[in-house]
Amino acid sequence: MSTFDNPFDPDRNLRAGCACGQHRSAAEHDQAAAALHCEPVESEEKRYEGVVASAVMRAMFPQDVARRAFLKSVGASTALAALSQFFPLKTATEVFAATGAPEKKDLKVGFIPITCATPIIMAAPMGFYAKHGLNVEVVKTAGWAVIRDKTINKEYDAAHMLAPMPIAISLGLGANAIPFAVPAIENINGQGIVLATKHKDKRDPKDWKGLKFAIPFDYSMHNYLLRYYLAEHGIDPDTDVQLRSVPPPEMVANLRADNIDGFLAPDNICQRAIYDGVGFMHLLSKEIWDGHPCCSFAASKEFITTAPNSFAALTRSIVDATAYASKAENRKQIAEAIAPANYINAPVTVLEQVLTGTYADGLGGVKTDPKRVDFDPFPWQSFAVWMLTQMKRWGQIKGDVDYKAVAEQVYLATDTKKLMTEMGLSPPASAYKSFAVMGKNFDPAKPEDYVASFKIRKAS
Amino acid sequence: MTSSLRLRAGLVSIVLLAAFLGVWHLATRSTAPVATMSPEYAKLMGLTATQGKSAMPGPLDVGAKLWEHVKRPFYDNGPNDKGLGIQLGYSIARVGTGYLLAVLVAIPLGFLIGMSPLLSKALDPFIQVLKPISPLAWMPLALYTIKDSSVSAIFVIFICSIWPMLLNTVFGVASVRKEWINVARTLEVGTVRRAFTVILPAAAPTILTGMRISIGIAWLVIVAAEMLVGGTGIGYFVWNEWNNLSITNVIIAILLIGVVGMLLDQILARFTRMVTFPE
Repeated sequence: MSTFDNPFDPDRNLRAGCACGQHRSAAEHDQAAAALHCEPVESEEKRYEGVVASAVMRAMFPQDVARRAFLKSVGASTALAALSQFFPLKTATEVFAATGAPEKKDLKVGFIPITCATPIIMAAPMGFYAKHGLNVEVVKTAGWAVIRDKTINKEYDAAHMLAPMPIAISLGLGANAIPFAVPAIENINGQGIVLATKHKDKRDPKDWKGLKFAIPFDYSMHNYLLRYYLAEHGIDPDTDVQLRSVPPPEMVANLRADNIDGFLAPDNICQRAIYDGVGFMHLLSKEIWDGHPCCSFAASKEFITTAPNSFAALTRSIVDATAYASKAENRKQIAEAIAPANYINAPVTVLEQVLTGTYADGLGGVKTDPKRVDFDPFPWQSFAVWMLTQMKRWGQIKGDVDYKAVAEQVYLATDTKKLMTEMGLSPPASAYKSFAVMGKNFDPAKPEDYVASFKIRKAS
Repeated sequence: MTSSLRLRAGLVSIVLLAAFLGVWHLATRSTAPVATMSPEYAKLMGLTATQGKSAMPGPLDVGAKLWEHVKRPFYDNGPNDKGLGIQLGYSIARVGTGYLLAVLVAIPLGFLIGMSPLLSKALDPFIQVLKPISPLAWMPLALYTIKDSSVSAIFVIFICSIWPMLLNTVFGVASVRKEWINVARTLEVGTVRRAFTVILPAAAPTILTGMRISIGIAWLVIVAAEMLVGGTGIGYFVWNEWNNLSITNVIIAILLIGVVGMLLDQILARFTRMVTFPE
């Protein structure tokens, strides 16, 4: 369930049905899509109300099934009324939208030029930061290690980071342990496995022994997803193939030069390889885990505590931008806004293909998948637990981990929690949901069992 | 005779350049075979894939793009997109600062070390170890300890350009002719005065040579450093255009880096000539 969906619709489908998973049938999906296109942009207040209500509903019913049953039995309007009785949604929405004067107006936010950063980037040219009273300079950065160091050095107030990075930094993996927090996820899906064109007949991963793959960073969803995918097909990512950490911009050049056989990389890099005729799309990351997080919006705990209002305004801007980006009809406009050299610096055609989901697959076909990349800010703590299980699985973490504690420390549903405390309510103990990766269910309550259940893993 | 030699050399240079441009043009003109594709698909693909255009730009593409940059060298489209003139300005300012700091440290220090054979021998192993370290190797350490990327870039220039100057100063000071120093001593010239009126002029050509080597190194370093820390400068420009796989702009940047490097070298060469003396 996306943060921007109506949480009071008991008929919201959980899985299956149509391509996007939100409708009961393909026909209804088409109808809804058509309707969406001419629907006027909803008011901001409405949107906040939706986000807050979603968060509350989610907190009360972490399982979609339970929520559905509840709504079915009492009806949506009764549920809303009941909920409003003891949780004043209107007030909460106002508090969420209220702008305390930001302690610091001129902020610097670092980003890596990939489409994952869309909400962070577009918020500048499209005025989302300005709307929330901030003057934000978005600064392009050369690589993940540099963005980490610059954020730790406080040259950036907040930054675009790979979803596992704030966890790794907080744990002191590959960096000094500095508490970081994630108030919002940037994008879900939106990555892909691209292979060099010469491998177009090697579509079965079982034949991939000895190939060289690039990933953007060790602490990345890309690393974990590729390893997961390979391992599920019986390939040990540590011994049967070579995985190299390569900055995204260098991936296409390396693929062309035959230095690597493929990569699991963020878009627009995947589409760029196809655009330049050097590779083809083997698989969208969505097909490994639909709805997986990729990049996050992260800030140090220090910034959050010293400038809480600035931080809240930033988070509001990002949530706002994310909401705007999650609407299919806005995507073309966004592609144009973020393409110039000042931002992503890529051909508009490439960005459009990524964002609209109608893309050339590199093998002569045109494919359509509107959910190729999507935007949903809610930082599910179960995402963090999953990442921790993979860090454990591949030996990045040695010894015991308190999965829950780390997840809750780093992945804050900060605004929601702060709000609820201000309202005199005790915040929900968890923001966990279970999901399936390649058909295998993940139960965030049993991370150790999950790690142990994999045959292929690094012996600890 | 010399003027005709110069003329002939100039002619050969031009012929070589023309030959190079011609070969470049021909090599990049060739089109690779193109797979047939539906128009709908072709619309989504780049020129390399649809027209078999070489991924390497030809000299005409580069020329046209260069003209665009030359026409508006100082535009500013926000923090991540500035004109080439501004980028070069940032780079030169960084190099200037780092280099100047290196001069301020290297020459006095070199003087002291050069005047004392003991120190000279004692410090030599350290200098020899530190000298060959690549700028990129210093960068993570600098970022981590200094905690400021622009200061880190300047530090890296400083640390990389200091060694040739230091070594040359030491060498120049140590190898001032004994007779001259002895003459100064006979005339009872004080130590400070001796250093400035005898040793400095005698060692100046060697010191300037060291400075000339150093400015070359500083300019080499800045591109690497800026590619890593990003933000501004010609190195960042190269990285940003590489990011966009725009080889045309990368070639333009390479050209400009070469030209600026040459100018810096020529300036130092002129200074060297000013202090050179006939023996």
